[in-house]
Amino acid sequence: MKSLPIVDHPTKARPFVADTERFHWHDQALWFVRSKRDKQAGSVPEWEHLRSLASQIKTETIANLGDYLVEFERNATALGATVHWAADAAEHNEIVLKILRDHETLRIVKSKSMLTEECGLNHFLEDNGIEVVDTDLGERIVQLRKETPSHIVLPAIHIRKEEVGDTFHEHLGTDEGASDPQYLTEAARQHLRDKFLAGEVGITGVNFAIAETGGLVVCTNEGNADLGVSLPRVHIACMGIEKLVPRFQDLSVFIRLLARSATGQPITTYTSHFHGPRDPNSELHIVLVDNGRSRLRNSNEFREALHCIRCGACMNTCPVYRRSGGHSYSATVPGPIGSVLSPTRDSSRYKSLPYACSLCGSCSDVCPVKIPLHHQLLAWRKELVGENLLPYSKRISMKAASILFRSPRLFSMAGWMGRKSLKILPHWATHNRLNTWTIARELPEPPRESFRHWYAENRKR
Amino acid sequence: MLKKTPATTTSRQAVLDRLTGKQVIGPGLPTIEHDRMVHFDDPVEKFIEVLSTVGGQAHLVDDAQQIAQILSDIPVYANAKRVVSLVPEAIPGSLDVATIDDPHALASVDWTIAKGEFAVAENGAIWVEGATMPHRVLLFIAQYLAIVVSRSDLVHNLHEGYARIGTPKSPFGVFVSGPSKTADIEQSLVLGAHGCRTLQVFLTP
Ligand code: SF4
Repeated sequence: MKSLPIVDHPTKARPFVADTERFHWHDQALWFVRSKRDKQAGSVPEWEHLRSLASQIKTETIANLGDYLVEFERNATALGATVHWAADAAEHNEIVLKILRDHETLRIVKSKSMLTEECGLNHFLEDNGIEVVDTDLGERIVQLRKETPSHIVLPAIHIRKEEVGDTFHEHLGTDEGASDPQYLTEAARQHLRDKFLAGEVGITGVNFAIAETGGLVVCTNEGNADLGVSLPRVHIACMGIEKLVPRFQDLSVFIRLLARSATGQPITTYTSHFHGPRDPNSELHIVLVDNGRSRLRNSNEFREALHCIRCGACMNTCPVYRRSGGHSYSATVPGPIGSVLSPTRDSSRYKSLPYACSLCGSCSDVCPVKIPLHHQLLAWRKELVGENLLPYSKRISMKAASILFRSPRLFSMAGWMGRKSLKILPHWATHNRLNTWTIARELPEPPRESFRHWYAENRKR
Repeated sequence: MLKKTPATTTSRQAVLDRLTGKQVIGPGLPTIEHDRMVHFDDPVEKFIEVLSTVGGQAHLVDDAQQIAQILSDIPVYANAKRVVSLVPEAIPGSLDVATIDDPHALASVDWTIAKGEFAVAENGAIWVEGATMPHRVLLFIAQYLAIVVSRSDLVHNLHEGYARIGTPKSPFGVFVSGPSKTADIEQSLVLGAHGCRTLQVFLTP
């Protein structure tokens, strides 16, 4: 396998940040979603109680995941579904291809699934001569533009309506220059209707699978997953093994949290529950995918990251994500949770992501399943230092800081020097291309005296 | 035609071994206490309010005549050619689906009138049981959707809803809340993505 390039978040974010008007717009679009979440969370009196329940249920599930998966498999099979197991992305893709080949399938319709994105299913199937149509509007836009989603719930959040207009003009023949969302959505509706009717197999992700009943739940607003699997005879549902909940009643907790956290709706328009194939003439295939999840379960530090229900709330609230765009993370899952998950796959490749964080803690506050995201990001930084993956510049300055903070006399002298130099240093001495910190910042006015001095004076009395 | 693909379980044991290799102690499952969850003085009023915020329209009706009256005042209903009614005792349909085998044949359905088992005040959702539909696609393929549900079948919150379902008895069931919608183009809300363009809910006594 060829080695993948190192992701440098600041470099990847630079072009996005350079377009001031665009990043303000992006920032505000996500803040709008975050505000809607706040309103919903505030309207449920037992919100915090729900979060605790969700967290406890997930902790229990992950602790005994093996048992719950076996229970799920047994119950799903009893209902007539076929349960497949995939150790990694490649095996997942092969399993899906095998099912499609067995049915001589040439066209599939697919609803949103971060798992298939993680596995690179679309490209794999296309390379094998199968037409793949993403049916979620945002995903379809991204697919036509040959891009990747930049957000796990709002895949096209980085694209302006004028750009969608251009894409649809080119691919769907809409009027040139049209940018009205209503008009564009209607065009997509007509275009995708034909695709739905022509689809030979429907592929969906899974929001929740239930060990106790052997069923699974898919949530959408557009109804695309439902339309996609209600026409053809074969439904393939692809899920990461952490999507399980033990009991049917547990769904009530997660469904109440999911849409409210994701888009600020009380529930998604459609919350579909599938228990076995449609009829004796149909098939339901469920592909259980590990792809690194069992390894994550073994980590005491990062295990809770497996609680994630992919609501996207941590991204919407993250000041770094909102201002740098999802693509700057170069990962299937961006934002705070992505910055925790990606280094667990490849710590050297994704070593800059735990630093794409101001440690403001907002992500941990909004997370419906109480993942301590900012603590985990901090833990990652410690880990990276241990692995010697910190860049040289940071290693040296950290060493220096450590010496400084250990010696009170050195510290007070450095403070004095700092205050003096702030006064006398000419602008060019601090603002030049060697100092990346001052690119968009001015240095502060130096205080007249040190805190130590002030304290000694004022607390004497 | 159907050649069933067998399960691929080559990696099953390997995955399970990895999951049981390290013992992790879980906290056990919590009891979900319905008493601790939100209740409303007037759940019907709450349901109507929430449904309207997600783009659906609720109508309080006394009898089937009233449903017919309200529907006939809606131009897209009055002009509809193909109406499938799953509650024929209340509203007659114009298309008999009993004879249809292939769901693709339902592509041109204008209206589906479905039956709801119960509704949830907290989030404006209605539970539709798959067994009440000869083809589940009827709920998603129709241009317009109406659901008839009794207001005596209203629960306060989703926990009560799931308790009411108990154990799912048919292969499909869905909570529907409002018409199909998307906000994927610059976060502008557009009703009528792939499923129904509008949703009318009739709350019978
Ligand atoms: S980490 Fe929490 S907030 Fe972020 S996507 Fe997952 S569940 Fe949502």
